[in-house]
Amino acid sequence: MAHCHHYLTTSTTEVVAGRDVYTHSTANMREWAEYSVEERGGRVTVSITGPLVVSSIGALDPELRDFGDSVQFVDLAGVGRIDTVGAWVVHRFAQEKGAEIIGGSESAMVLIDAVEECAHEADITPPRPFAIGRISEGVGKQVVEFGQGARRNIGFLGAILTSMAGTFAHPGRLRLRALVRQMELVGVTALPIVGLMSFLIGIVIAQQGAVQLRQFGAEAFTVNLVGRITLRELGVLMTAIMVAGRSGSAFAAQLGTMKLTEEIDAMRTIGVSPMEALVLPRILASVLMMPLLGFYASIMAIIGGAVIGDLMLGIPFWTFIARVQEVVPTHDFWVGMIKAPVFGLIVALAGCYQGMQVKGNAEEVGLRTTMAVVYAIFMVIVLDAFFAVFFTEIGWG
Amino acid sequence: MSEQNIPEEALQEAQDIPPEFDGEHPIRIRGLTNAFGEFKVHDDLNLDVKRGEIIGVVGGSGTGKSVLMRSIIGLQIPESGEIEVFGRNITEAEPDEEIGVRCRWGVLFQGGALFSTLTVAENVQVPLKQFYPELSQELLDEIARYKVVLTGLPEDAAAKYPSELSGGMKKRAGLARALALDPELLFLDEPTAGLDPIGAAKFDELTRELTDTLGLTVFLITHDLDTLYAICDRVAVLADKQVIAVGTIPELLETDHPWIQEYFNGPRSRAAAQTHESGKAIDNPDGGKA
Repeated sequence: MAHCHHYLTTSTTEVVAGRDVYTHSTANMREWAEYSVEERGGRVTVSITGPLVVSSIGALDPELRDFGDSVQFVDLAGVGRIDTVGAWVVHRFAQEKGAEIIGGSESAMVLIDAVEECAHEADITPPRPFAIGRISEGVGKQVVEFGQGARRNIGFLGAILTSMAGTFAHPGRLRLRALVRQMELVGVTALPIVGLMSFLIGIVIAQQGAVQLRQFGAEAFTVNLVGRITLRELGVLMTAIMVAGRSGSAFAAQLGTMKLTEEIDAMRTIGVSPMEALVLPRILASVLMMPLLGFYASIMAIIGGAVIGDLMLGIPFWTFIARVQEVVPTHDFWVGMIKAPVFGLIVALAGCYQGMQVKGNAEEVGLRTTMAVVYAIFMVIVLDAFFAVFFTEIGWG
Repeated sequence: MSEQNIPEEALQEAQDIPPEFDGEHPIRIRGLTNAFGEFKVHDDLNLDVKRGEIIGVVGGSGTGKSVLMRSIIGLQIPESGEIEVFGRNITEAEPDEEIGVRCRWGVLFQGGALFSTLTVAENVQVPLKQFYPELSQELLDEIARYKVVLTGLPEDAAAKYPSELSGGMKKRAGLARALALDPELLFLDEPTAGLDPIGAAKFDELTRELTDTLGLTVFLITHDLDTLYAICDRVAVLADKQVIAVGTIPELLETDHPWIQEYFNGPRSRAAAQTHESGKAIDNPDGGKA
């Protein structure tokens, strides 16, 4: 609050009854409420002058708060305009000192009566337990929520499987239009960004790999490095992370907002299952598009590597591509393609689940969207580690 | 929210308005035209709002009641026309200038529009902190405390978040925030919509009471016939892209515009009028002489 004390610097200070009082010195300054003290026969009168409104009370209020002496009368004869804030400050001061308010205009007295009626001591901050209580409460809450979250998650998965089974039994219920629309959003519109990202990653791997392999005179193995690592690991993994950021977050935000505006409740009452209409198309779209995007990403990365091979290593572009076909075993391709739909499922599940959990206010939509992306990426990487060990164990190393 | 600087001149100007402004009409609208693309909502609309009155604005759905309010408070830039608030033409005002007028009005939006991440007390304090950063936290807390009760909320409501409040309480909390700066001009957009009849009647009563106590001028958009009969001094009727009539309800009944006749002579209006009349009789058993 840069402007907190601007009036201190721009107004002169004069001493009235041994106290500092701020008064306005220049004509175009804001007008402030002031007070003066008069003592007659042992009875102290505090006279307040100037406009007694919210815009002019800033200086007077702390002065009156610190006023130490006893006061018998508060004189409002010199007060111009008054509003409830001014009335409140006068009322509080008079109440505190047990003083009588005199000289107030009719409207001033009406306002003072009105704020007096509204005075109360209730707490205006939400109850906040002590630190130790808060910590143990927080931990307990986390544990309970984790358990409930796991249960709800399984429930959600079950609901999806049920509606999937229902759709298989009655293929007519599949929302083809919604599915195609989601496939476009998840897949087609992601092509440029996924392509560019993969191309650049291919360049980085080839370039950095070549630098290391050169030390053994094994630069030719750059082809193996790029081909195998992109098809097996990075193509699909990076795509999953990109899809989590692009589509997983969108799922959570869309469904969350629909939940807030009661659109999802409206669907239920009309007999449309939100699972079938909203969640299933998104999940199917992700599961179907992830392998395609992942393969596309791998190819783009290999092209990136081939470009570096051509420019830096003296391996002609088409030779690089042909070598990839020779040195990359087919099962590398399958490792990537088996992982891709699973990653798609994880990303879409996290997005839809978090979206459907939104309740309360707009802030929660943001919170749930963040959680959807974080969980999706985390789970994708954890699963990727499992897959890596698994495929090596079964001899697809 | 309170980090934005309000120029000292604007605040000075805000304070200066009442001495400068001694006119009878806090709001004066001349030749207002609002359009969305090709569609004109208002065409050459004129309206004067008198100081100290509650003016009810009625009209069918889509006649631009809310657009009119949004134009006056500067949320909608009109195509042409003049809008004077406290004698200042706000359609031509510089952004700084506008602020001077802005802290002299309060707005209650239809849904309350409370900031959902703040408690009711903090909601009330937002405009105060924004315009008057010199106020101490102690005073801000005291202000929030009495404003909450002033608008008819229970004492413990100040500590609650909007999501913990009922629809009626949200409206009252919104009113508390609208009244935070002790404005002279209050805009209410369908304040009783969505309230039960008892809650609506209480809200009407509160509006009247606050208007009389605080000396407010109220611009009230409503569909509620009971509100019109119970608390409005005058009613402005929006139709055919203009304000076709302004006056007390008996005055309006004398005009022969079909929409006005249909509106005030419909079964619902007659029922509201009857309730109002019988309510008066109960208030003044000696025949209104008191």
